[in-house]
Amino acid sequence: MSTTNTAMDHTVIRPRALSRPLSDSWRRRLPLLPALLFMILLTQVPFVLSIYYSLTDWKVVPPGPREFVGLDNYDSLLHDHFFGEAIWTSVRLTVFPVIGSLVLGTAFALLLDRKFFGRGVVRTMLITPFLLVPVVVGLIWKNQMFHGLYGVINWGIEKLGGTPVEFVAQHPTLSIGITLVWQWTPFMMLIMLAGLQSQPSDVVEAAKVDGAGPFAIFRQLTLSHLRPYMELGILLGTIYLIQVYDQIAVITAGGPGSTNVPFFVFQRSIGGGWEFGQASAYSIVVVIASIVIATFALRVLSNLLKGEEIA
Amino acid sequence: MSAAEVHVAVGERRWVNRALGAVAWLVGLIVFFPVFWMVLNSLKTEQDANTSPKLFFDPTLDRYRDVTESGGGLLSFGEAFTNSAVIVILSTLIVLALAIPAAYALAIKPVTKWRDVLFFFISTKFLPVVASILPVWILARNLELLNTRQVLILLYTAINLPLAVWMLRSFFREIPRELIEAAEIDGAGLRGQLTSIILPLAAPGIAATALLCVIFAWNEFFYAVQLNPVDGSTVPIWVTTNVTARGDFLAKLSAASVLACIPVVLAGWIAQKRMIRGLAMGAIK
Repeated sequence: MSTTNTAMDHTVIRPRALSRPLSDSWRRRLPLLPALLFMILLTQVPFVLSIYYSLTDWKVVPPGPREFVGLDNYDSLLHDHFFGEAIWTSVRLTVFPVIGSLVLGTAFALLLDRKFFGRGVVRTMLITPFLLVPVVVGLIWKNQMFHGLYGVINWGIEKLGGTPVEFVAQHPTLSIGITLVWQWTPFMMLIMLAGLQSQPSDVVEAAKVDGAGPFAIFRQLTLSHLRPYMELGILLGTIYLIQVYDQIAVITAGGPGSTNVPFFVFQRSIGGGWEFGQASAYSIVVVIASIVIATFALRVLSNLLKGEEIA
Repeated sequence: MSAAEVHVAVGERRWVNRALGAVAWLVGLIVFFPVFWMVLNSLKTEQDANTSPKLFFDPTLDRYRDVTESGGGLLSFGEAFTNSAVIVILSTLIVLALAIPAAYALAIKPVTKWRDVLFFFISTKFLPVVASILPVWILARNLELLNTRQVLILLYTAINLPLAVWMLRSFFREIPRELIEAAEIDGAGLRGQLTSIILPLAAPGIAATALLCVIFAWNEFFYAVQLNPVDGSTVPIWVTTNVTARGDFLAKLSAASVLACIPVVLAGWIAQKRMIRGLAMGAIK
């Protein structure tokens, strides 16, 4: 009843609707279209171009005619062991920071989820790394924390009687990983804090009355309540960390063993290689791999959306 | 349980609480230390900064003058900040202008396939930025957009739009349906519903969304360094120009880093509670 009323209201109020009535489904779609078209234009057009480039032997240096070579680029990619190494580095630089920052972020959120003197100040200090420019994070850790001679960490090691370590030169991937964990822990903490604050307190109180200890409550109630938040943290963390470029560029510039897939593709294309055809093939493989990861991650997302019905 | 036992239990719990509070303070100070040290280094001379860590020294603001006045580099402090401000503000406004109607069409009067559309928006975030850089670079070169602000405004809009649609959709779902139906009966179209009901009620959520867009756009480095290495470049690029191959630079770099981080850090500190709420609602509900 109310829907027919609204439809009539529209035809009466809007003269345009009289001459050419938009169907209800199109009126619903209209507000969505600008955003949708914008995203299709800016993400799908480059993708289609990449597919085309990947089937050519386009090299900028030395310049030559661009010729269609079929799947040759994909074939040579299979025999490129540097690409394999980059994939392995990407896996390490994604899995280790995501898990590390999730565990620390959860622990910090649990520490903050209680009243104590100066809680606001501590929370402010803990979220700050996430707000810093990633390039600054990389440069600051490299030059003031990891530095072989004047670095704060080596100062501590020497005070404790150890021998100084050239972190960036000897452990490039670990150094980058530590800065990533430092920057992303606050992000995980914010998500987990939001989860903890949405936990219904009456359930916890009831469990306490039933004599459940703090560890039993944490394992059986808090953890299961936090699960969707953890999944969300893993999902978002993976999206951003798999694409890390900034810290690698400023800390090692892709130095020994720290070239991940994004940095590798960059090096082969506009970062000096200028092999546009070959580099496009790499990026198509990256996209396909991402789609595989994404399908998995989107399943998690769809679980989050499940049960949400439009009334 | 006797009164004495209850007393002991409460006392014990208070002791545990205090200990955990102390642990939280310790963790906070450790995590914050690199930031504190960066600020300290920015107030030192290069000699004081490039030696074994020093806590006591004569503080000076000269490094801030050095990095803001130096005209020798390709990109001056003033240019970089103006470029960043223009690019960040315009791209965030475009994001909101596109995302608010889209979120309306996904949450309030949902299109039939709203789930698929939402998936499409999110899935674009999985396309690695680096995989698109080559065609984007070639397109930008052919359209003569390299080294312009416009190209970064467009790309930062594309980076932030999916996140904004996702977050705004969940904020809009919180708005009581009756209010919107009442406005519709009064004859309010999309614009009327937005200005009279949706925008005022969802203002905190819109602010949280805008803040996240600002953070990501302000901090972005890859597109900026690839597409705008010469002109129209932004604050993160300017920070890296303070790293020199010869001579000491840590104090200058620290001063530049503090300047580059201040706007976003202050905004984040002020809006932290709202951001927690925004992430929780935007994400799960």
